[in-house]
Amino acid sequence: MMNTKNEERLFRVLMFFSTVFIVGVLLLIVGSVLYKGVPSLSFAMLTSIPKGGFYFGEDGGILNAIIGSLYLSFGATFLAFIIGWPIALYMNVYLVKYHTLVNAIRFVFDVLWGVPSIVYGAFGFILMVFLGVRASLLAGIITVSLFIVPIMVRAIDESLKSIPHGLLESSLSLGSTRSEISYRIFSREAFQGIITAILLSFGRAIGDAASVLFTTGYTDRIPTSLLEPSATLPLSIFFQLSSPIAAVQDRAYASATVLIVMVLVISLLSRLIGNRRF
Amino acid sequence: MNPKIHIQNLSLSIDRQPILKNVNLTIPKNKITVILGSSGCGKTTLLKSLNRLTDLIPGVQRSGEIILDGVNILNGGQDLVDIRQKMGLLAQRPYPLPMSIYNNITFGLRISGRHNRQFLDKRVEHYLKMVNLWEEVKDRLKDPASALSIGQQQRLCLARGLAVDPEIILADEPTSALDPISSRMIEEKFLELKNQYTIVLVTHILRQARRMADYVVLMYLGEVIEQGTPDELFNNPQHPVTKSYLSGQFY
Repeated sequence: MMNTKNEERLFRVLMFFSTVFIVGVLLLIVGSVLYKGVPSLSFAMLTSIPKGGFYFGEDGGILNAIIGSLYLSFGATFLAFIIGWPIALYMNVYLVKYHTLVNAIRFVFDVLWGVPSIVYGAFGFILMVFLGVRASLLAGIITVSLFIVPIMVRAIDESLKSIPHGLLESSLSLGSTRSEISYRIFSREAFQGIITAILLSFGRAIGDAASVLFTTGYTDRIPTSLLEPSATLPLSIFFQLSSPIAAVQDRAYASATVLIVMVLVISLLSRLIGNRRF
Repeated sequence: MNPKIHIQNLSLSIDRQPILKNVNLTIPKNKITVILGSSGCGKTTLLKSLNRLTDLIPGVQRSGEIILDGVNILNGGQDLVDIRQKMGLLAQRPYPLPMSIYNNITFGLRISGRHNRQFLDKRVEHYLKMVNLWEEVKDRLKDPASALSIGQQQRLCLARGLAVDPEIILADEPTSALDPISSRMIEEKFLELKNQYTIVLVTHILRQARRMADYVVLMYLGEVIEQGTPDELFNNPQHPVTKSYLSGQFY
């Protein structure tokens, strides 16, 4: 038998080391990507599209993938938000009386959250074939938004769920309708949670390769319409890493560095917005 | 006695568990009616039945009538927004809206379509003065309401409720989260306000009931045990449950 003091000490040490371990692994991942990527990163790589021979280690850049990924992720996040936000509000403001139903909806979204993105990609592909659409930015945006809607809904839902019931009662007592409560009170109360949800969804959207593989395609050009295929950073990393040429492989890490920096910038920006207080 | 609300044969159950059992009650106009009882006796449920917040409870079933100004508000066809605007609610603890002090007061007015800036400014000043909060906050009306102390927030919530011009104030143990000074301020306010408003106050504090009540209702296990003027109920209780409650045998 251990006494309480030793037990307490043991668990504190365990928790300390698991935290250090995870942070260490994270730093190792980011560190090794930066170590390999930063030396081959150049201004030209960020500002030009692939030229002839780019995939053999010659001139050109990944601007097509950077722009493509931004188009795709902003589009998909926007679409997922305008679908997911009302769903989360509906669950928490309109369906308060129906606990069982709300829990069932939560369960469905949790399952959808867990479905691998390649399955969404395959589903998007079926949809495209059915509608007769070719691999394009639009098909990619729709597929990725389907894939991040569960994340959006559940993340917003979690922050709405934590709003005390008394605020709903007080707001109703002032004579507000449910839609006024949804958009003018609950969304404001959960503002930080909503920003976090958008960020989380954006992060998943920009980093996923499997769902865009069949649906968005890949091209060296910057798309000028929603119906054109588009390059994305994750696929750019995938293709460059598959190359037997060392210089091209190094560029994959440079692309990964760009991806990490983009996610970091978006995170910091949303933190900045999210810290606004009411 | 000039009645404002009649409650007739009101029963309410949640998942078949009875919470209110055949409640009959008349609430007088422009008086303070105190609903007294131990915790879990159904007094909050009774209060929230009045503005139909009980509609939000999962598995709720209800029968009986609540008649306000001659109309049964439990009827399906009633406009809930209308009913609720007639009754300001002061909850156990304050729930300020996530916006500025100024907008907390004007929110109820703006959603009912009044946007004139001068009108809103006047209302804000009027109602904040009414709850003795104006001097404390007049220089920081744009600050978030959440920055106020709990006592100030509760007074703000009272002002916010009054600003939509209700006829009735429903108060659910409004002083239970407050310090003694803030509590006294709320109590004094109620005594002033009863000339203009019908007040229904739920409390489990016997001394508060003695200080405030014009009419007292004692509830026990979902039933109204006894009701009457404070003199009748406190000095000459009829029912054995009332007697044992008053002598402090249970709370």
